[in-house]
Amino acid sequence: MVETYARLLVARLRGQFSYRTSFTIEVFAEALVQAIELAAITILFSHVTALGGFEVHEVILMYAISSTAFGLADLTAGQLNELPNYIRAGSFDMLLLRPLGTLPQVMVADIRLKRIGRTLFGLAAMAYALSHNDIAWTPAKVALAAAAPLAGAVIFGSVWVVACAVCFWLVEGQELANSVTYGSNAFTSYPVTVYSGWLRRLMAFVVPGAFVAYYPGLALLGRDDPLGGPAFLGWISPLVALAAAVGAGLVWRFAVRHYRGTGS
Amino acid sequence: MRAYVHLALAGFRRYSTYRQAMFAGLTANVVFGMLRTAVLVAAVGAAPVAGYDAASAVTYVWLGQGLLAFVVLWGESQLSERIRTGDVVVDLYRPWHLQAALLAEDVGRAAYAAVVRLVPPVAIGALFFPFRWPEPHTWPLFAVSAVLALVISFGMRFILNCTTFWLLDSRGVRNMYEVSSGLLCGLIVPLAFMPEWARDVLWATPFPYLIQAPIDVFLEQGPQWTVLALQAFWAVVVLAAGNLVLSRAVRKVVVQGG
Repeated sequence: MVETYARLLVARLRGQFSYRTSFTIEVFAEALVQAIELAAITILFSHVTALGGFEVHEVILMYAISSTAFGLADLTAGQLNELPNYIRAGSFDMLLLRPLGTLPQVMVADIRLKRIGRTLFGLAAMAYALSHNDIAWTPAKVALAAAAPLAGAVIFGSVWVVACAVCFWLVEGQELANSVTYGSNAFTSYPVTVYSGWLRRLMAFVVPGAFVAYYPGLALLGRDDPLGGPAFLGWISPLVALAAAVGAGLVWRFAVRHYRGTGS
Repeated sequence: MRAYVHLALAGFRRYSTYRQAMFAGLTANVVFGMLRTAVLVAAVGAAPVAGYDAASAVTYVWLGQGLLAFVVLWGESQLSERIRTGDVVVDLYRPWHLQAALLAEDVGRAAYAAVVRLVPPVAIGALFFPFRWPEPHTWPLFAVSAVLALVISFGMRFILNCTTFWLLDSRGVRNMYEVSSGLLCGLIVPLAFMPEWARDVLWATPFPYLIQAPIDVFLEQGPQWTVLALQAFWAVVVLAAGNLVLSRAVRKVVVQGG
């Protein structure tokens, strides 16, 4: 079965390399999206010394973890943005007939390697942030630095699945889903202390955005949580990711069971 | 002339049928408005930065969230698609000027967008956050500025779409425009926050006249009449350039018999 997915994937990738110029421009454009967010952070910090109690390199670290995680999630789960088209055109029925899971099928259906641009830029930003912050490295922290973007990617991916599952009920709901997925990316690029009230509760804890970059960032920096959270929160992102993935899987199953074709 | 009025009305009606899409787009604007407000207020909350205190930062964010849908900063490829498929030939045969007809339609669309995409975010900003209202005499100036921003935006989108005549696929070009315009026109951070060299460069391009200029007029920052005059100048420049590009392209179009 793995072989089947691998074949589907290789076929998709080969197709994309045949338009080399277009591919290069698009990779560059994707990296630029992420670069502009960094430019915004830098411009803000040319006027202030701290945002939400964190100085520039600390914010860049959180931004970098978030960017890398989002880039990886976009690469795999980003394809779910096409779900409304599958539903509208009726091609989702075709996926249901095949002896493979619907979710992985949608994910590899048209994987766009150009999205690697975001991930690459995020990794570069991480290298910069990790070398410009004063981090007391231990083996555990090395593992955390590697695990945080992966766990973050799983969290973002789960958010993506749940948000897009809404399209089974609301075919025009794509932009609603976008405001949750891309909104989570924007949210997690800054320390959660910047936000307040229900916005923070919703985006940091209901959608577990705080576990993408904020808590792992605190643990890496060896800082206490200004919000008073216990120190172990910085280390449990992989568990949160696992829980999010299980939750997202259940939501997807529930949504697919309630799927009725558009009748066209 | 009457044809263009009808086109504008048709534009208004056409966009008023996409209710769900409108609501979804508005939700996205509002969510990002909340996030951007939090970040910007965290930056200027303690002490004003470059003339922005908390109230003007909030006003800046929510006006920007509304204006981006009103002027259509992103995602328009209708003409480009028609050029790619060859349908544009039909458009060129119609008894009106293609650029003027599309502008009329866009004005109609924008009239609808003003009600459902520009006013609601501004209302939300004003209801839930400290907001900075202008003097009464600023209102008509802001309206003119917003309309000029729309015309400039239309002109730039028209030229971008027309590149399809030569490139056959203008996705790359449009992509770069969409990615960079947010920063260049002052949507993501106020232009006043940027270093001096960047400000000098950007104000020499049409970009800031799409978003930052109408916001400056609303916030009464800088000489309003000068801003309006420069917007009018850029509107004429981009429309004339678009017209030139179109006439060049028309000479190139080969209609294949069919």
